[in-house]
Amino acid sequence: MTGTRLYWRLVGISIRSQMQYKVSFILQSLGQMIVTGGEFLGIWALFDRFGTLQEWAFHEIAVLYGLANVAFSVADALTNGFDSAGYLIRKGEFDRVMVRPRSTVLLLLGYEFTVRRIGRFLQGAAILSYGLVVSSESGAPLGLVGTAATLLWAIVGAVALFVGIRIIQACVSFKTVQSIEVMNVFTYGGVYASGYPFTIYVRWFRMLFTYGVPLAAVTYYPALLLMGRLDPGGAVRWIGWVSPIAGVAFLMVSLVIWRFALRWYSSTGT
Amino acid sequence: MALIEVDSICKRYVRRARTTGRGAALRGLFVREKVVTDALSDVSFTIEAGELVGYIGPNGAGKSTTVKLLAGILTPDSGTCRINGLVPWEERREHVARIGVVFGQRTQLWWDLPVIESFDLLADIYRLDRTHYETTRDRLIDRLSIGPFLEQPVRQLSLGQRMRADLAASLLHRPRILFLDEPTIGLDAPGKLAIRDFVRTINAEEGVTVILTTHDMDDIEALSSRLMIINSGRIVADGAPSILTDELARNREVVVDVTPAHGGEARPPEGTLAAALERSRTRWSLEGGRFRFDVDPTVLSVPELIRLVGEQYTMRDISIETAPIEEVVRRIYARTDGGANAPTASS
Repeated sequence: MTGTRLYWRLVGISIRSQMQYKVSFILQSLGQMIVTGGEFLGIWALFDRFGTLQEWAFHEIAVLYGLANVAFSVADALTNGFDSAGYLIRKGEFDRVMVRPRSTVLLLLGYEFTVRRIGRFLQGAAILSYGLVVSSESGAPLGLVGTAATLLWAIVGAVALFVGIRIIQACVSFKTVQSIEVMNVFTYGGVYASGYPFTIYVRWFRMLFTYGVPLAAVTYYPALLLMGRLDPGGAVRWIGWVSPIAGVAFLMVSLVIWRFALRWYSSTGT
Repeated sequence: MALIEVDSICKRYVRRARTTGRGAALRGLFVREKVVTDALSDVSFTIEAGELVGYIGPNGAGKSTTVKLLAGILTPDSGTCRINGLVPWEERREHVARIGVVFGQRTQLWWDLPVIESFDLLADIYRLDRTHYETTRDRLIDRLSIGPFLEQPVRQLSLGQRMRADLAASLLHRPRILFLDEPTIGLDAPGKLAIRDFVRTINAEEGVTVILTTHDMDDIEALSSRLMIINSGRIVADGAPSILTDELARNREVVVDVTPAHGGEARPPEGTLAAALERSRTRWSLEGGRFRFDVDPTVLSVPELIRLVGEQYTMRDISIETAPIEEVVRRIYARTDGGANAPTASS
C-alpha cells in the first residue's frame, strides 16, 4: 500500500474511533467554537468602539483573522501526533512507531486526525467569508476564481508552515520529553498575531514573523490581495502570490530537522 | 554466519541531574551536572537461526536497551551488530520488516479497533500480499484461539486475550526473528501456559528464532534452550539452563525422615556416616527425626549418602531437590552486581 493510501486509511480509522465517543466530540467542537468565537467578539468590540485600527477596517481584520484560523485549524487537526510526541515518548509509544517499516512522519501524521478542530475551522471560515464578501462589495479586484485560487494557495502555505512548526516542536520534545509550551508562541501566538495587519507591530516582531517564522508570507501578504489593498510598508503588489512558498519551504526545513532529531533520539534513547 | 551477531556493544546514557540544596533551582539554570549510566558495557553474543533464547536480568540491567538496539530503535555508542546481514539502526525500515516485536507492557494494536481490523491495518503497513496474509492470519487466529473476540475492540479484551492478539499481530508478516519483552507479565496461570505453548510451537515447528526477556523463571524453564543473564550492563552467564544449574547450584537438598533403630529420639550420626559428612563438608541438620543434608554430589554422591544413612537408621521417606532456578539466578545477580542493582533478598 502506498504512503498516501495508508495515510487515508489511518485517517479513516482515526475518525471512526473518535466517532465512538460522539457526545465528547460534539461538546469539544462546540467548546472550541465558543472559545475562538469569543476571541473574535473581543476584536469586534474594539472596532465597534474605535472604528478603525490605523487605517484598517473591521472586514479586513476579518480576512486576516479568518485565514489564519482556517489554516491553523487544519494544521492542528493534522498534527496531533507531533503535538503529542513528548507524551508518546514518555509512554514508550514512540518505540512502536520505530518498529514499523514505514516513514515515521507518515505514521505520526496518521496517528490522529483531530476532528473536533472543526470548531475553530467553521468559526474561522465564517469570519473569513464575511470579510471576503464585504471586501468584494467595496471593490476587491480578483473576481471569484482569482479569489478562490489565491485563498487556496495562501491556505496551503499557511498549513505547511504550521505543520512545520509542530514538527520542530516534536523535535524539541525529543530532548525535553515534555510538551514544551514555548512553541505555543509560534502556533497559538502566531494565529493570534496574524489576526492583525503586520504593519501595526514593532520592527523586531515583524522581522521575526517575516523572515524567522514566515507567518506574514502566508497570511498577511496574500490577504492584501484578497482585500484589494497595497502594503502600507511598500511591498510590491504581487508579493502575495509568491510568498506562500515560504510556508512550504519552512515545512521542508522542518522535515530535515526531523531526520536529525530522530538520529539524536536513537543515539540518546531518552 | 550466525543470524544475530553482536560484537562489543557499549551504550551509555547521559542524564542531566537536578541538583539539590539551597539555590539549586537557580544554579540548575546555568550549571547542570551529568550523570552517566553505562547501560551496556562490551556486550557480545551470537544467536543462530532457530534458537530460543531466554534473556534475563534484574530491572535496569540492560535488557530493554539490548532489545531496543536489536530492534533498530537505538544506536550504540560503539560496537557492531548484524542481523540477517543488516545493521538494525542503519537500515531500520528494511530490518524491522523482517522482525516481530512484542512489548508485554503495551499493546501494538489500535485501542478502539476490533482485533481483526488491527490485523488488516498491519497488513497494509507491512505491505503484505493479500492471499498470503489471509492464510497466515487465519492460522494464527486458529492457533491462538482468537476467534471468539476477533470483532471486539482491543480496549475490551482481557490481558490474556490482548497478549494473544499482540502475539498474532507480531507474526502476520512472517518474521524469522521474534523479540518478546516480558510477554507473560501480569497473566494468570492458564494465560501464561497458552503463551508458552504457542512460543514453543512456532520455534519448534516453524523455526522462528525467539529472544525472550522475562522475570518469570518458569518461562525460562519451560521454554529456553539457552539462557543469557545480564547484570549491570554485562553478560554474566550464557548457556543451557541446565548447565547453569549444574555449575552454579550443584548442591542437592536431601531430606530423609528416619526412625531410630532402637526406639526413642534419633541420635546424631556416628561412625562412617559422621566421617563421610565431615570429609565432604556437608552441612546437615536433624530435627524431630528429619535430616536435611545440603550435599555437593561431586564430593559425596546422593546414593552413597543414602546408603550410609540406611546403615544407621531406618528410613521412612526420602526427597531430593535441586536448588530452584530463582535461587541460582539470585546468587548470580548478587555475585556479579555492580552495586546499583543490589538484590533485596538475602541468603
